[in-house]
Amino acid sequence: MLLYIVRRVVSAISVVIVTLVVSFALFFLAPTDPAGVICGARCTPERLADIRASLDLDRPPVEQIGLYMKGIVVGRDYSAGGVTRHCSAPCLGYSYTLSQPVTTLIAQALPITLSIIVGGATIYFWVGVLSGTIAAQRRASPLDRITVSTSLLVNSVPYFVVALLVALYATFLPTSEYHPFLKNPFLWASGLLAAWLTLGLTNAASYTRYSRASMIEALGQDFIRTARSKGISERRVVYRHGVRAALTPVVTILGLDIAYQLTNALFTESIFGLPGIGVLTLRAFRLYDLPVLMGGVLVGAVVLVLMNLIVDVAYTFLDPRVRLG
Amino acid sequence: MIPSDRGDSVTEQTSRAPETVVRRPRLRGAHEEAYLEVSDLKVQFPTADGAVYAVAGLSYSLPLRRTLAIVGESGSGKSVSSMAVLGLHDARTARISGSIKVGGKQVVGMSERDLRNYRGADAAMIFQDPQSSLHPYFTVGNQIIESYRAHTSASKRKAKERAIDMLGRVGIPNPRRRVDNYPHEFSGGMRQRAMIAMALVNDPKLLIADEPTTALDVTVQAQILDLIAEMQRDVGSAVVFITHDLGVVAEIADDILVMYAGNAVEYGPVDKILGQPQHPYTWGLLESIPALTGEPQPLHPIPGSPPSLLAVPSGCAFHPRCEFRSVVPDDLCVTLHPDLLPRTADQSRATRCHLRDPDRIFQAEILPRLP
Repeated sequence: MLLYIVRRVVSAISVVIVTLVVSFALFFLAPTDPAGVICGARCTPERLADIRASLDLDRPPVEQIGLYMKGIVVGRDYSAGGVTRHCSAPCLGYSYTLSQPVTTLIAQALPITLSIIVGGATIYFWVGVLSGTIAAQRRASPLDRITVSTSLLVNSVPYFVVALLVALYATFLPTSEYHPFLKNPFLWASGLLAAWLTLGLTNAASYTRYSRASMIEALGQDFIRTARSKGISERRVVYRHGVRAALTPVVTILGLDIAYQLTNALFTESIFGLPGIGVLTLRAFRLYDLPVLMGGVLVGAVVLVLMNLIVDVAYTFLDPRVRLG
Repeated sequence: MIPSDRGDSVTEQTSRAPETVVRRPRLRGAHEEAYLEVSDLKVQFPTADGAVYAVAGLSYSLPLRRTLAIVGESGSGKSVSSMAVLGLHDARTARISGSIKVGGKQVVGMSERDLRNYRGADAAMIFQDPQSSLHPYFTVGNQIIESYRAHTSASKRKAKERAIDMLGRVGIPNPRRRVDNYPHEFSGGMRQRAMIAMALVNDPKLLIADEPTTALDVTVQAQILDLIAEMQRDVGSAVVFITHDLGVVAEIADDILVMYAGNAVEYGPVDKILGQPQHPYTWGLLESIPALTGEPQPLHPIPGSPPSLLAVPSGCAFHPRCEFRSVVPDDLCVTLHPDLLPRTADQSRATRCHLRDPDRIFQAEILPRLP
């Protein structure tokens, strides 16, 4: 088990490194000159050269990647216009548009995004599993039909439209703002409530259908018939024997979904005014702030790889038949 | 990933020497009271193409300590009727009429609460495939404990002791360790033993075994049959044994009920039915058993296939496949549904057939063909 996890972590790290190198190549070798963008309209050749030197853009690309990697491990110094700024490890570069190390920016934005995603996921997972189970249990009844068609309806409305409607109409919800969890958990929760509900209820539609399908399959299994033949209550048959079997595939989807939710987070963050990773990356894109963009890509890759790892390890707890050596 | 099957099956064979329980069919006492009494049982499923009678007026009775084998092809209604005995049909999809009395309790129309108390306590079931019939995510012990605690007020610790005891009784080696295993860590035969332990944990007086050896290795089949017979002696239950294997029937059954198209076509003590069968369908079943000795012979399947229950043939349901139809005068087989009646002086057995002299036809035409 431990060996398996170590092996998976090693392969996860290599995936992240490859992502890093590829995106580095794509961004930094692009025809647009980042130094020119930073330099602006009233650019002098000296200033341009100074910026290029400070960003190490005058060095060969391979060396640039090497310096970037080294910065992640030991930190790095940037000097521009005679001022030297230290960027301590893990250094992901320095944002000239915000005058802050990228690591600091991410450290501020990531908790916001993660809070939104994890809170939303908790809502949509449980709401989805519960309503999917209820629908599967009463398959083909009017309640089941209503559940399925409602979930299809919710699914066919674009996510940002729902988010906008909530922002416009659900004014009774507490104002959206971010307070760190550790400072005041109550303010943290109430500030994120609107975002959670939007994310939670729209995605619950998909999870209702996943769970319903998975549950219908589980309830048709032979071991459910065995459970009924034991003389235990129907509720116990469905919620203990059925849900336990139906949950595994849904949890797999959830793990990967959480990673992809980083994309949706952009809408949630912009509409509810929460300065998370999505907002940070979009802003960096508009201003061509390459180090920040790279940081965003890196966070995305790390989260995706990490969630994959968590899903695989969780599987060994969910399904005793999966034994790892 | 791969369960260690090999080590398990070795211990399994050594721990229980393959004793052969020599079992002579018990003769039924004249006033032996039936524990299970099924009369005019009908199970109907409404479908888009009309109602399907999976069981159409089945009647039989079974006293304690006796084994009834129900034999028939797929779709003959043997499993459906037995599921009805346990009250396992979904009331929304199945319409059940007639009467099923188990120890005096009427199962047809029983309330959900009474059914819960009845299932697993008075009557229990062993299913065909122990691989899919045990829950893969719960330990074997947990599943037995759940059955026990559903019907007793035993503490968790007591229930676990009971589970360990049951696993030992069904011949699982080292039950104290095995009780915490998951089903996938058991071999096929051990899984079926665990299934039997689970079914018998509450000492049910009625045990229904639905093809319990079909999914097992031939070498393990005999052991499981022995085990069921042994447990039956211990608990003193009535056993309904569903199978399509006539070899198994000869070994374990006291009575035999041959089903075709949702109804009994022949019913009586096993030595009589297998020794001197009177229904052409039973003859066909016997003929279709491949000979294991002598010159290799071509197989003799019954021609045709079981009827669709949506369009059961008129008269005798077996008539399209029956080679003796022409012997019966007036096309009776096509026009008149025969009753299940004694065809000879022997009142202990009954046959659903219009043939006047089945014993003579069997002796003259069928017996020489049998291997």
